[in-house]
Amino acid sequence: MYKEEQVFSAPEVMVDTPMHFCPGCHHGIIHRLVGECLTELGLVDSTICVGSVGCSVFIYNYLRVDAVESPHGRAAAVATGVKRARPDNFVFTYQGDGDLAAIGLSEIVYAANRGEKVSVVFVNNTVYGMTGGQMAPTTMVGQKTTTCAGGRCQERDGAPLKMAEMLASLEGTAFSARVAVDSIPHLKKAKKALRKACEVQIQGRGLGFIEFLSACPTNWHMTPLQANARISKELTSYFPLGTYKEPDHTQE
Amino acid sequence: MRSERILVKGNEAIAMGAMAAGCECYFAYPITPQSDIPEYLSTALVEAGGEFIQAESEIAASNMLLGAAACGKRAMTSSSSPGISLKQEAISYMAGSDLPAVIVNICRGGPGLGSIDPSQGDYYQATRGGGHGDYRTLVLAPSTCQEAYDATIEAFDLAFRYRNPIMILGDAILGQMKEPIHPWKTRGRPAGEAEEWSLSGAKGREPRLLKSLYLSEGALAGHHAHLVEKYRTMQDEARGEHVWTEDADLVVVAYGSIARIAKSTVRTLRAEGYRVGLFRPVTLYPFPSPDLAGLAARGKRFVTVEHNTGQMVDDVRLAIRRHADSELLTVYPGVLPNPEDFEHPIRRLMDTENQPEEARHV
Repeated sequence: MYKEEQVFSAPEVMVDTPMHFCPGCHHGIIHRLVGECLTELGLVDSTICVGSVGCSVFIYNYLRVDAVESPHGRAAAVATGVKRARPDNFVFTYQGDGDLAAIGLSEIVYAANRGEKVSVVFVNNTVYGMTGGQMAPTTMVGQKTTTCAGGRCQERDGAPLKMAEMLASLEGTAFSARVAVDSIPHLKKAKKALRKACEVQIQGRGLGFIEFLSACPTNWHMTPLQANARISKELTSYFPLGTYKEPDHTQE
Repeated sequence: MRSERILVKGNEAIAMGAMAAGCECYFAYPITPQSDIPEYLSTALVEAGGEFIQAESEIAASNMLLGAAACGKRAMTSSSSPGISLKQEAISYMAGSDLPAVIVNICRGGPGLGSIDPSQGDYYQATRGGGHGDYRTLVLAPSTCQEAYDATIEAFDLAFRYRNPIMILGDAILGQMKEPIHPWKTRGRPAGEAEEWSLSGAKGREPRLLKSLYLSEGALAGHHAHLVEKYRTMQDEARGEHVWTEDADLVVVAYGSIARIAKSTVRTLRAEGYRVGLFRPVTLYPFPSPDLAGLAARGKRFVTVEHNTGQMVDDVRLAIRRHADSELLTVYPGVLPNPEDFEHPIRRLMDTENQPEEARHV
């Protein structure tokens, strides 16, 4: 007989409910990291979350904060309106790669360039998840999806977009980093980076951007462990982890 | 006491009306023939401590509007036809999320890039929702610079009364025309206007969620029931202006700038002894159907005059369908009509029995 003893609890801002995400999906972990950061930085009461579309649309079901939904890709523009309306509130967007890097590319680039004081959580799993596994702007060359069954072809489709690097080049971006949650060491670094992406907003420095390399075992047709291995072996070689912009120096 | 009169463009009157209404946030992208609005507000709103952003696109501007609206701010965007098409996605989301916002469309000729000439080609788009899904925006159609000022102030009040996007539909004639107006001071924004529902951080209360997504079985139907009830109560706002309709045999139905031109025609024909009147819808949605139905029940004949290829005539015909039909007289976008242009076709209608025939155009 096992004696149950709780040694690990969720931050209070997390709603105690089963999540709808597929087994092995990293959204749940990233949600938790967001919840931990909001709690630790004392932001829960002042936060306004800007949701997006796709698998992440239900973030408001899991975090007890004020939230508004935005159309596909437009979260950075909606967050701009929210922050300009309520500069004293903490504002973050939570967006996937299809949302932010394809249809919403213009909105994120211009929000970053204006130095909007918002934090952007970008979940890059190299595929459109909720719509059934189609090619995303971050799909790896050679990766098979339902709209590139033979694998992404760079000549036809272009190369995967590197958002953390691209946004780091803009004057208004105060912090830009790419992290992963496929292992405990990576997870710890991800938490630190997420805090910084939040802190630059609190300090009024500009836009904080954090890109999570994230697993989508369902659409990658892998087990959760295989998906984690793909991140560490394959994805990080094209999407290097690291900080691309910080307030004090431009690149690590 | 009346304030002094000032000489302004219709676009400036709208911008000044927004300031008088307590507009706190304005987001837009330049497009002819409405750019005087962002030009005016880029200074006036900023000096008043408000937020002005020239967005990277109409799409971004309307989504910034959505964000500010979710925070309960008095917020506005303005554009012209092609720009309004780009804004429609966010307008649909705002309608679906019960968010108050003011959207100004200084309509130009379309479809596509069309021209920068005045036009009423966006009537369907304005009154049928315009974006995806079942929804309506309340639409005000001013015809003078003073009305443009007044309508903008009213639009903010209506937006918060119904928690719904409100559209001001004008055209290049109204936007670019200069005439004297009496700017008047409003009582200011009602205290606590949006406190019950807007986002401000969940301190001391349950978190709030503003959304348009309803996936669970029956939930969207319930939301539509709520929206339909909202649109039903909105019907109380329907109104129009009557000019010599009481004893008229023929009623000209026209709105906005074209109504103003048609009014001159009606005045000329009256002087000649023709029993002709004008009915000008002031709200295009809700359409003032009861007024028109009342006139139709009393045996009037109708001609709808529009600066497009025939759109509002559908609403006129729906309103009067139990008693009468409406002739259609259109001015194609790309032509600026004079009052004289309407005289001959209207006189001809009145001199002959009302024989249904193909739509006429000037």
